[in-house]
Amino acid sequence: MTDPKGYPLNAWYAAAWGHEIGRALTPRRICDKDVVLYRRTDGAVAALEDACWHRLLPLSLGHLKGDQVMCGYHGLVFDATGRCTFMPAQETINPSACVRAFPAVERYRLVWLWMGDPALADPDLVPDFHWNSDAPWVGEGGTFYGLKCNYRLVIDNLMDLTHETYVHAGSIGDEAITRSPFEVTHTDRCVTVERWMEGIEPPPFWARNLGRPGHVDRWQIIRFEAPTVVAGDVGVALAGTGARQGDRSQGVNGFFLAAITPETATSCHYFWNFVRSWRTDDEELTKALNRAHVNDGKGVYDQDHDVLEAQQRAIDRQPRQPFYNLNIDAGALWAHRLIDGMMAKEGRDPGKGVPPVGLAAE
Amino acid sequence: MAATHWIPARLRATRALTPDIRLLEIEPSGPVAPVPPGSHLGVAVMIGERPDTRSYSLLDSGADGLYRIAVKRLPDSRGGSAYMHGLEPGARLSISGPRNHFGLTPGRPGYLLVAGGIGITPLHAMALALHGAGSPFRLLYAARTRQDLALADGLRARIGDRLETVTDEAGGRIDLAAAIAGLPPGGEAYVCGPYGMMEAARRAWAESGRPAQGLRFETFGTGGRHAAEAFTVRIPRLAREIVVPRNQTMLEALEAAGVGMIHDCRRGECGLCTVKILDADGTVDHRDVFFSDAQKAANAHLCTCVSRVVGGGITIDTADRAG
Repeated sequence: MTDPKGYPLNAWYAAAWGHEIGRALTPRRICDKDVVLYRRTDGAVAALEDACWHRLLPLSLGHLKGDQVMCGYHGLVFDATGRCTFMPAQETINPSACVRAFPAVERYRLVWLWMGDPALADPDLVPDFHWNSDAPWVGEGGTFYGLKCNYRLVIDNLMDLTHETYVHAGSIGDEAITRSPFEVTHTDRCVTVERWMEGIEPPPFWARNLGRPGHVDRWQIIRFEAPTVVAGDVGVALAGTGARQGDRSQGVNGFFLAAITPETATSCHYFWNFVRSWRTDDEELTKALNRAHVNDGKGVYDQDHDVLEAQQRAIDRQPRQPFYNLNIDAGALWAHRLIDGMMAKEGRDPGKGVPPVGLAAE
Repeated sequence: MAATHWIPARLRATRALTPDIRLLEIEPSGPVAPVPPGSHLGVAVMIGERPDTRSYSLLDSGADGLYRIAVKRLPDSRGGSAYMHGLEPGARLSISGPRNHFGLTPGRPGYLLVAGGIGITPLHAMALALHGAGSPFRLLYAARTRQDLALADGLRARIGDRLETVTDEAGGRIDLAAAIAGLPPGGEAYVCGPYGMMEAARRAWAESGRPAQGLRFETFGTGGRHAAEAFTVRIPRLAREIVVPRNQTMLEALEAAGVGMIHDCRRGECGLCTVKILDADGTVDHRDVFFSDAQKAANAHLCTCVSRVVGGGITIDTADRAG
């Protein structure tokens, strides 16, 4: 059993929604590193270590000069690659002066950062999150920044939807979930948990959106992509119309999307969305679905939020390792194994903290 | 600055690369993560009876768990290179780091690496990293003689004709202006070598009109325009006359004589150990990168951690104003 607090560094992590990053200096803690994000004049997003090389004042307290950041303390200036371009009171620049620059890619409406060895930052490795940006999928999500739980607890939550029966009773939860068998498969990058509930009464949320009476076949096909992205193909179709065989025309289909980013060992950022392929022009429905997820403590994700933070508080108060596991945890345990495999490949013991990497000038 | 964390290590093997350059393979006591190119290792050395530390650039990422460095025995050695050349395989070492003050920016459209003599060591690691990443780069490597081109054969086997060597004995010269002109916009140059080479590179870079931060260089503060020799420092305010031996820095000599000094980098970068020059009857050999060329020409100050005087002595003032 590895320390569940560890995370791989050689991976793309969601750091912000693209629309959140403009010309303002935006601080964010990602993988225990303080990062400042901003949009360059050419439209690309830059990400620098949020600490001046000189006296560590957060650069996010300074201001932008073109594409360069000027420290708000003594005026040192750093370009978007992290190189110092100005030093006060001298005619030269100390050749050691730099801050770390993190490779950044904007894709699927999110800004993704690579926190490990920049030489390995291949944009082709950005997790598949295309449902967040591509037709026919429509939806508006949000972020729980600084959710007070280790990121793996969120993955565990999403990889086992039996919790819906209890945490989300009355909306998407019902007893069919806990009664139905499921199948777990995996590759070296992904884990899939597939569950079909056939010929059931639809739960209230789905009955409402299907808008047609009768029993349904319900599916939950959850795909985890290491290290921290989950996309769940969910929906219902009128019973016996062939959904399981591939014909979903008599149903409604959505995806719940989660990109989870470690903030510290006991907190994370949870970028979420719920996208759908029915009534895609209905902006009122888009707003309603957003509110159904986060609604001043009464939304579906608010319910998860409460459980996850309470779980972390309990772990902090009375750590008991390992957890007891049940068969329903198979998807989560495969996900952990893929994450741990990525960490092992980086030559790191998942329990032993983070070595210096990249351009960091210590 | 963080306190240095030392870990035990063992010298696993050594190999002569040239008559005065030795490859050392160091095995740390624990597992290590690969390090980025440009990183250097701290090594605890003994200079006579006195413990000291030296920094050596790593030749590769250490992905196999071994740290490789190349050490040149210097005629003007302050004792570090002689110590490193006296070590036998199996020797116990204390090492720190690695740390990186010479980081390679990823994703540039082109790279020019320029090495002079033992300055090849950090550029060796950079060349391997760039080659591995499929990045466009050239490595220009200059030495006095064919024999002094340590590591060239091994490098050529790995990076082919991206390596170009020149030697003084063959009358070769690196055409820095042409090499810089061949870099695409946004390309960067990385230089490590003797002071004269770095000065020439800085001048050529400035003349090319490229942004100053695109030229990266590393200095270990060794070697200037002139060979090191002993010289005398006079401090009238303190009524002191101090001799700086050939194998000691001016900063070390001043401190040993009880003159209060502040300093940090000891590489001629930070400008903390500078003193005011009142009079010089010798030539000041400015070896720092803190002062601009104009400031060096004005000769009003010097960096005591690296710069020296030849052909005479110097009269200076320090910060001490105690009554």
